[in-house]
Amino acid sequence: MPKDGGIGASSKRREDVRFLTGVGNYTDDINIHGQAHVFFLRSDIAHGTLNSVDTTAASGMPGVVRIFTGDDFAGVGSIPCGWQITDKHGEPMQEPAHPVLATGKVRHVGEPIAAVVAETLEQARDAAEAINVDIAELPAVVDMKAALADGSAKVHDDLSNNLCYDWGFVEENKAATDAAFEAAAHVTSLELVNNRLVANPMEPRVAVGDYARGTDEHTLYTTSQNPHVIRLLMGAFVLGIPEHKLRVVAPDVGGGFGTKIFHYQEEAFCTFAAKACNRAVKWTSSRTEAFMSDAHGRDHVTKIELALDADNNFTALRTETHANMGAYLSTFAPSVPTWLHGTLMAGNYKTPLIYVNVKAVFTNTVPVDAYRGAGRPEATFQLERVVDKAARELGVDPIALRRQNFITEFPYATPVAVEYDTGDYNATMDKLEEMGDFAGFAARRAESEAKGKLRGLGVNCYIEACGIAPSNLVGQLGARAGLYESATVRVNATGGLVVMTGSHSHGQGHETSFAQVVADMIGIDESMIEIVHGDTSKVPMGMGTYGSRSIAVGGSAMVRATEKIINKAKKIASHLLEASETDIELKDGAFSVAGTDKSVAWGDVTLAAYVPHNYPLEDIEPGLEETAFYDPSNFTYPSGAYACEVEVDPDTGKVSIERFIAADDFGNIINPMIVTGQVHGGLAQGIGQALLENCAYDENGQLLSASYMDYAMPRADDLPMFDVDHSCQTPCTHNPLGVKGCGEAGAIGSPPAVVNAVVDALQSAGKDVTHVDMPLSPDRVWAAMQ
Amino acid sequence: MTQVSMTVNGKAASGQVEGRTLLSSFLRDELKLTGTHVGCDTSQCGACVVHVDGIAVKSCTMLAAEADGADVSTIEGQANADGSLNVIQQAFQDHHGLQCGFCTPGMVMSAAALLKDNPKPSEQEVRDYLEGNICRCTGYHNIVKAIMAASGQDVGAIAAE
Repeated sequence: MPKDGGIGASSKRREDVRFLTGVGNYTDDINIHGQAHVFFLRSDIAHGTLNSVDTTAASGMPGVVRIFTGDDFAGVGSIPCGWQITDKHGEPMQEPAHPVLATGKVRHVGEPIAAVVAETLEQARDAAEAINVDIAELPAVVDMKAALADGSAKVHDDLSNNLCYDWGFVEENKAATDAAFEAAAHVTSLELVNNRLVANPMEPRVAVGDYARGTDEHTLYTTSQNPHVIRLLMGAFVLGIPEHKLRVVAPDVGGGFGTKIFHYQEEAFCTFAAKACNRAVKWTSSRTEAFMSDAHGRDHVTKIELALDADNNFTALRTETHANMGAYLSTFAPSVPTWLHGTLMAGNYKTPLIYVNVKAVFTNTVPVDAYRGAGRPEATFQLERVVDKAARELGVDPIALRRQNFITEFPYATPVAVEYDTGDYNATMDKLEEMGDFAGFAARRAESEAKGKLRGLGVNCYIEACGIAPSNLVGQLGARAGLYESATVRVNATGGLVVMTGSHSHGQGHETSFAQVVADMIGIDESMIEIVHGDTSKVPMGMGTYGSRSIAVGGSAMVRATEKIINKAKKIASHLLEASETDIELKDGAFSVAGTDKSVAWGDVTLAAYVPHNYPLEDIEPGLEETAFYDPSNFTYPSGAYACEVEVDPDTGKVSIERFIAADDFGNIINPMIVTGQVHGGLAQGIGQALLENCAYDENGQLLSASYMDYAMPRADDLPMFDVDHSCQTPCTHNPLGVKGCGEAGAIGSPPAVVNAVVDALQSAGKDVTHVDMPLSPDRVWAAMQ
Repeated sequence: MTQVSMTVNGKAASGQVEGRTLLSSFLRDELKLTGTHVGCDTSQCGACVVHVDGIAVKSCTMLAAEADGADVSTIEGQANADGSLNVIQQAFQDHHGLQCGFCTPGMVMSAAALLKDNPKPSEQEVRDYLEGNICRCTGYHNIVKAIMAASGQDVGAIAAE
């Protein structure tokens, strides 16, 4: 074992020191000599015909370098969508063009119409005020069901209607599912809204484009979770720049939560404008711009029905969801309500028949795409709400009803196309019951009632699917990308090594946890290992970080590359030790010959690889550097059980979280401290969705929540201390580390626990309330009680 | 343009600014002290907190010209003289009080101001004080824990992990 950590140690994070001393290198900290600044003039109208953009007066304003409009991008490609869904009739989804700057029409508040490049940001902003834009306003399409009605205005005139796709899953199961409902002893149904959210990483997006005329090389510095993906999408589909002439750098990135996966117009603009203006061009989003241009999340309207037999076994599940796509298809938007949502509808239960229908709808709103959990929180919320409602209708214990229907044998093939490799849902529920002291709840409720408060307990389970894969399967499902990961391990002559990983860390602590894995495998100290990520010129290839895939996919690639290193090093060691390669053992950073006291240190082997004087040159090349690509054979399936206790003030409807308990199964764990932190953050975002956050539009498509004055972010005094456990571990069976991923679990599992708890509290006061839509703000809870 | 002079992290600093230049912009763009972050445009997020004459200030709410002659401290000036992390910074690392690091400078500066006024705050007092500092990564659990630990209180009793 390495002296300073290894797998399973809560190693302190090495990246913290630079962040705590103010010397991190975030994209907005990058300034290139001679750079100009860009300000985007954005539409303040949701839907309208763009008659003209007159830049005459603005062009003469002080400091203006050049003003761009949609016409300047006539020869440039559309911002691409990375996933094509096939609808229930076998037809491809409707896919509109997505221009860099608006042409012909504006389709959401915040859509960029013109871009002013000037010497300073203030000058660019001043000049933008002098641009004369003539827009003839059209009726805004905001409500999804109205958008699908005959006679609705169309977001895209060249599409047949506002329906992106009508997806049925699994279409062949529909008739049998309907028949099971006909035969059911009990049916519980629920209509609910999964509220629209804004991811809100604390670092706003930034893009800095640079261009070297002498070599025709472009560089884009950007706040991205996957710089290689941006290089491919922007280079190949938008600007026509080959990868070898385009470098994309995502340095320290201040949080992502999904919204920094996607390729945005501003990235293409800055790259394009840097060449057109022959100088670096920088854009830094304001928070207000972020609200109206970062891809939003969730925004589903769902009807779910659960059929049970006379013994309370789940016999069928049926859902119908409208999913908002916004005005354009963001990079992975079509996959979120389909393959990341429908495949999760079995949850933890052995429901034999499931049918999922999803209608994806274009509206005059900001594009909607993956946000922490991406489809899986929407699936979990509706499933765990309807199960809870069923238990209340049937008068049975919600935990007992869940346990009765748990999947208990693995591997388990669900009726929604995925196969769970491992899990133990009773174990996490046992742990939850142990931590939650549910026997003491009645006394806690009595204490709350003595204070004039209502107390509720909500429990739920969740299952997640992480590390979406394998590539050949997702290709059949419509993905236009591979979903492998790569890693290169470069060992230096003196024994230190660099791992170049295609995963990207924007808060997850990869520089620490990835080093722990390699240190453990070789038996050297973590301090000898450097983790490099986020630069296409340093890392050969990468698919980036999203979907809780980093350790399961990126970590596995790193393990494979390190195994290649160890195998080659053993060959060198066997030569140095004059022993058979099969007898060489690696332990604690030294190679030894089994059964003898002969050994050679790691550093002596690495030195021999680069100073090959005594070296088997006839058998192996000098040097010690290996690359591996890892394409998983399946998703991983973390799971868990969560409990929430709330107090509700019956006079005001205000909800406070008194206790929150999470028992997760993430398989094997590399760094427990980091895993716990990931759960904490997910819980805060899930509780934020349940109680506080809502991205609201009015009927004209005006964004009502475009600042922190209007969009309620969870603050320190909104949240409790969390009680988190991940001692239940059923290791993943198909990746070398046995890991499952932990980044999204908290955000997936927590919203139903909160809502279940509030419904429990209200029913304890005799209120006939079976559901309240999120966020459970005081006005909504109070109104539900009346 | 106006000439402003101030002391920043113990050193004299000066520059030419427009009347509308914010202190946060002056620190970041003129003095290249990019540890002070800007996360919003409505003075809500607190990533830009610095100390001006010993008082915690959101540097995006103050004009650079208003800080003329002031004594300003930023995150870059918080480490011990030997470069090691100070007590609050060390507690943030020890208790995993940061993830992406973007809100962290403001959190550390706010924590320092809190502990100066209230050396042994309760959990609720820490949470109330941080109302003006938004973190999206940590759920605040470990930030609260770190600040209480930095105050010398035993945080072992705070909920598991």
